[in-house]
Amino acid sequence: MSGVFSPSRAKIKERTLRTDKWWLQPAITFGVLFSFVIYATFRAFENKYYFAEPLISPFYSPCLSASCEPGTALAIFGQPFNNQYFGIGISPALFILIFPLGFRMTCYYYRKAYYRAFWLSPPACAVAEPHTKYTGETRAPLILQNSHRWFFYAGLVFNLILTWDTILAFRNAEKEWGHMSVGTLVFLFSTTMLWLYSLSCHTCRHTLGGRLKHFSKHPVRYKAWTFVSALNHKHPTFAWISLFGVAGADIYVRAVASGAITNFYFF
Amino acid sequence: MARMLKLRIWRGDSNDGALQDVQVEVNEGEVVLDVIHRVQATQMGDLAVRWNCKAGKCGSCSMEINGKPRLACMTQVAAYGEEETITVTPLRAFPVIKDLVTDVSFNYKKAMEIPAYAHPDELAPGEARMEQIDVERSQEFRKCIECFLCQDTCHVIRDHEENKKSFAGPRFFIRIAELDMHPLDTLRNRKKTAQEEHGLGMCNITKCCTEVCPEHIRITDNAIIPMKERVVDIKYDPARWLGSKIRKREGIV
Ligand code: SF4
Ligand code: SF4
Ligand code: FES
Ligand code: FES
Repeated sequence: MSGVFSPSRAKIKERTLRTDKWWLQPAITFGVLFSFVIYATFRAFENKYYFAEPLISPFYSPCLSASCEPGTALAIFGQPFNNQYFGIGISPALFILIFPLGFRMTCYYYRKAYYRAFWLSPPACAVAEPHTKYTGETRAPLILQNSHRWFFYAGLVFNLILTWDTILAFRNAEKEWGHMSVGTLVFLFSTTMLWLYSLSCHTCRHTLGGRLKHFSKHPVRYKAWTFVSALNHKHPTFAWISLFGVAGADIYVRAVASGAITNFYFF
Repeated sequence: MARMLKLRIWRGDSNDGALQDVQVEVNEGEVVLDVIHRVQATQMGDLAVRWNCKAGKCGSCSMEINGKPRLACMTQVAAYGEEETITVTPLRAFPVIKDLVTDVSFNYKKAMEIPAYAHPDELAPGEARMEQIDVERSQEFRKCIECFLCQDTCHVIRDHEENKKSFAGPRFFIRIAELDMHPLDTLRNRKKTAQEEHGLGMCNITKCCTEVCPEHIRITDNAIIPMKERVVDIKYDPARWLGSKIRKREGIV
């Protein structure tokens, strides 16, 4: 017997004596993250309804595969990938989703969320976890969480691409500038939230100034650090809202592309 | 207005023990430590409980109240429902001595393993000058009252006795962060030893330490995660490592 049942500890048979609903938070986290994963997987393999001029789903942007619908290419990347490898058809989403996925998987906040909700390590504070052994993030695979900063940089590139997609959304279906639709608003919201999520990231905070020993010698970086620290307080909120934002943008594009709704233009 | 409160108190020692039910009078505004003292005065003369300041500043009265690590002197009875039974037990991560008193010497051993502040040789004592913005981050961690509630709730050791030898715990991660961020500290290997000797990598940033800290120190966000990022700088980031060889940069030591 280990943990709270170790011989030297007070003999109490309950795993926890908490009387509040400690299981609620992990249960909600589990439900929401699990639904997102299911939906994202479905969409990644669906391989259609991701483009409705001028809107491209964030799950498929930049569309790098030769099989992408015409009009989805980004000039600087082109479409270098094939749609078939080893005789297997590959959805264009699969070439890019690894980056945003890796960014969120290694995020300090999401780590907390899924270690608690999926791995029950621990399920909640002062509730004994079910595992007999625990080594934290000291070994493979979890030591790879230390790669978060590389995914952060990749995430910035994606933010730029999605910002460009948002700018393109100020056109109409005939590619004429100066228009605005419900889709434009959906994209504006989603992209803004993604930027806030990235800017409030712990790695961002560290890079901008956190690693310094003497703030007084770096007044500009100190200002930047102070600003990002304030955003960093809300990092979990931005993590959730941006997740819903991206999913919402994809759902919207899917609905328009599949003909379920029409993208309403304000002007 | 006085009323009767249902209380369950864990009584026993390292061999055996159990929760015992008692009823005790409680008055408006009282905290859990008050009613424990009343139980001690009126019904259980030999009840062991550790306390000192009754002001949330000495960190002695740490215990678990309805399963949550808390300071008994800062926990209002009124925070619980009138019909609710309040359960008090000793800290469940440390060896119990008697009743509500545990042996927290683990923490003092860990404290001794952290090298002290290293003053610059060229500065005589009294000559040190620091700017406020440079010490601010370290000052947050100086608020610690060493109640060890964070240590008690940390699942790394609470749920895994065998990890105690290789894990310093959140209270000492803030100590390491305090010194690593200190503008004058000259000891250069704090990041490396944090990871290799004090078990920083065992922490999975699930934030229970932050949740229970009575001083509201943002242990995970302001100490542990920044230390993890500093460790990445020196151990897991080849680009920065290379940069530090070419050009000496601040923060890379
Ligand atoms: S955040 Fe880390 S140190 Fe704090 S309680 Fe959780 S595992 Fe322990
Ligand atoms: S960090 Fe907070 S919880 Fe931990 S010992 Fe200090 S005051 Fe107590
Ligand atoms: S994105 Fe969450 S910590 Fe970096
Ligand atoms: S008695 Fe000092 S903190 Fe409670």
